[in-house]
Amino acid sequence: MSDTAIAVPGRVEVLPGPGPWLGALKGLWRFARRKPLGAAGLVIIVAMVVCAVFADNQLVTLFRRDDPLLAPYYYDDQDIANRLRPPSPSHLFGTDRLGRDMLSQVIYGARTSLLIGLSAVAISMGLATLVGTVSGYVGGRLDLLVQRLVDAWISFPAIVILLTGVQVAKEYAGPSPTTQSAAIVAVLGLVLAAGASRVIRGATLALKNNVFVEAARAVGASDMRIIFRHILPNVMPVVIVLATLQLGAAILAVGTIGFLGFGVPAPFPDWGRMLSTEGLLFMRAHPWLAVWPGLAIFLAVWGLNVLGDALRDVLDPRLRGL
Amino acid sequence: MWSYIVRRVGLLVPTLALVTVLVALLVRLLPGDAVEIIIGQYTPLTHGDREAVRRQLGLDKPWYEQYGEFVAGVFTGDWGTSLQSQQPIGRELARRLPVTFELGLLALLISIVVAVPVGVIAAIRQDRWLDYLMRGTAIVFIAVPAFWLGTLVVVLPNVWWGWAPPIHYESFFDDPLSNLYFMIIPAAILGLGLSGSVMRLTRTQMLEVLRQDYIRTAWAKGLRERVVILRHALRNALIPVTTLIGLQVPLLVGGTVVLETIFSVPGIGSYLVTAVNSRDYPVVQAVNLVVALAVVLSNLLVDVLYAYLDPRIRYA
Repeated sequence: MSDTAIAVPGRVEVLPGPGPWLGALKGLWRFARRKPLGAAGLVIIVAMVVCAVFADNQLVTLFRRDDPLLAPYYYDDQDIANRLRPPSPSHLFGTDRLGRDMLSQVIYGARTSLLIGLSAVAISMGLATLVGTVSGYVGGRLDLLVQRLVDAWISFPAIVILLTGVQVAKEYAGPSPTTQSAAIVAVLGLVLAAGASRVIRGATLALKNNVFVEAARAVGASDMRIIFRHILPNVMPVVIVLATLQLGAAILAVGTIGFLGFGVPAPFPDWGRMLSTEGLLFMRAHPWLAVWPGLAIFLAVWGLNVLGDALRDVLDPRLRGL
Repeated sequence: MWSYIVRRVGLLVPTLALVTVLVALLVRLLPGDAVEIIIGQYTPLTHGDREAVRRQLGLDKPWYEQYGEFVAGVFTGDWGTSLQSQQPIGRELARRLPVTFELGLLALLISIVVAVPVGVIAAIRQDRWLDYLMRGTAIVFIAVPAFWLGTLVVVLPNVWWGWAPPIHYESFFDDPLSNLYFMIIPAAILGLGLSGSVMRLTRTQMLEVLRQDYIRTAWAKGLRERVVILRHALRNALIPVTTLIGLQVPLLVGGTVVLETIFSVPGIGSYLVTAVNSRDYPVVQAVNLVVALAVVLSNLLVDVLYAYLDPRIRYA
């Protein structure tokens, strides 16, 4: 830190710090020692990301559908002769009613979940940060108006507004699976944004009466500059923690609407749809169909929750009990 | 106290107005050709029919008249007509609301009965294995998707013992026992899901309260552990927990949507799923409004209760 150099008279020695990689590894190790549960969550999420990226070599070879890498089969490959087989060495998680490999579907499902979840969280956090910081910083009538709107918006239970919004958005999206998925992302982002904006507004309110904000104003900084250079960097820990927890909520929500039959449309693999009620008849006789996709959603949500909790404790202890 | 309630209700009015605007917007947001497709599901498409159903959806009038009629309908109990059944929605809601209410109430009771004692024990045994076990279980409860647990309950006992949950709903007043037998499984799944966060907050609050001076005084007076924990600590620790329980109403409603569908409970959650499925938008609109009203009113109730329990709030 440069101000240390001013404060301490005499020679300031610059010690050779660790390289960026070593530093990051040391930081991770410290995190794992302090927060073993959070580290377990991190491991699960890293595994999920690896599954999503390396399920096949599509992302490696730039969007050309090609051979599976991690997944033993392509998720859509049907082997009707071997339908509804219990777990076996050739199909570790068994096969479904069309003879598709369950393990491959679960691995590919990570890709869909992360893609939809991350996009929705990006929309949500972008919107929430904008609305939360501006509403909190400006205050007054604008804040009052925006907060009543947020009140009204969060009065609708998430699943209810999600089902409704997704159905309405799909009326616009038409039959294309890609635009329908985009519709889900948009609605989910909007649904998640309201609650998050409340939290970010709270953090902004706490920050804006700090001396450093006053000092910035005293030297003539504009409101825009104060929001972007002083408030925003300080609400970032809140944003990071919220984003982690919201990704879990998003994956759970996508799973839920998929289960109810309104989620990510075929042909995209989707954990929720794998569990959907239309397959219930088969699950009664072949229970492994019900186990794996649910376990995948559970692990993802659990991992993100414990990781989010641990990040909160490390980044911002004030948020405990949030 | 009264001035607090008046202020709090005053805050409610714009929220309620905005809720009705959002719900009323719903049908207007539909693209025109979608309206025609929806109509086509129910009636053969001649021009006259098309106009008739547009009228039924109220889409032929200017927006302010539509909104005015919508709000007037809410107040007079005219909640519109279902496109699919051609029956008044109000009557169907009146039949289904008590069912969902019972499910939600049972779930809430189960979550409190499980979570509060567990939270207290975890706090007393802070950082021992019992605490870790209970906290670990709480996070598991929060993360387990209700629809998965529900599906497993339908599937696995059937495979293992040939047992399946009941599928015929009886009203509580006709046959209380079979009603409870029917409701207890979805309510337990829902309740356990909610209990995770209640347990965590109870534990945090207990830890906070147990460090206070007046608790040390109570110990120093030589009071028994049971009295210190239950009468002195828990009563104060539960105040914020009360608010959390109230704030879980949206989660509760979301959970009923899923569990009513799995266990064929004839409440408003399954009504919504059917309506969305058949694009019966007047019903979707009505259910959205009902649940939003329920959430707004329960928030009001929680705030007033909080102010009653903790007088500091009233003067803040």
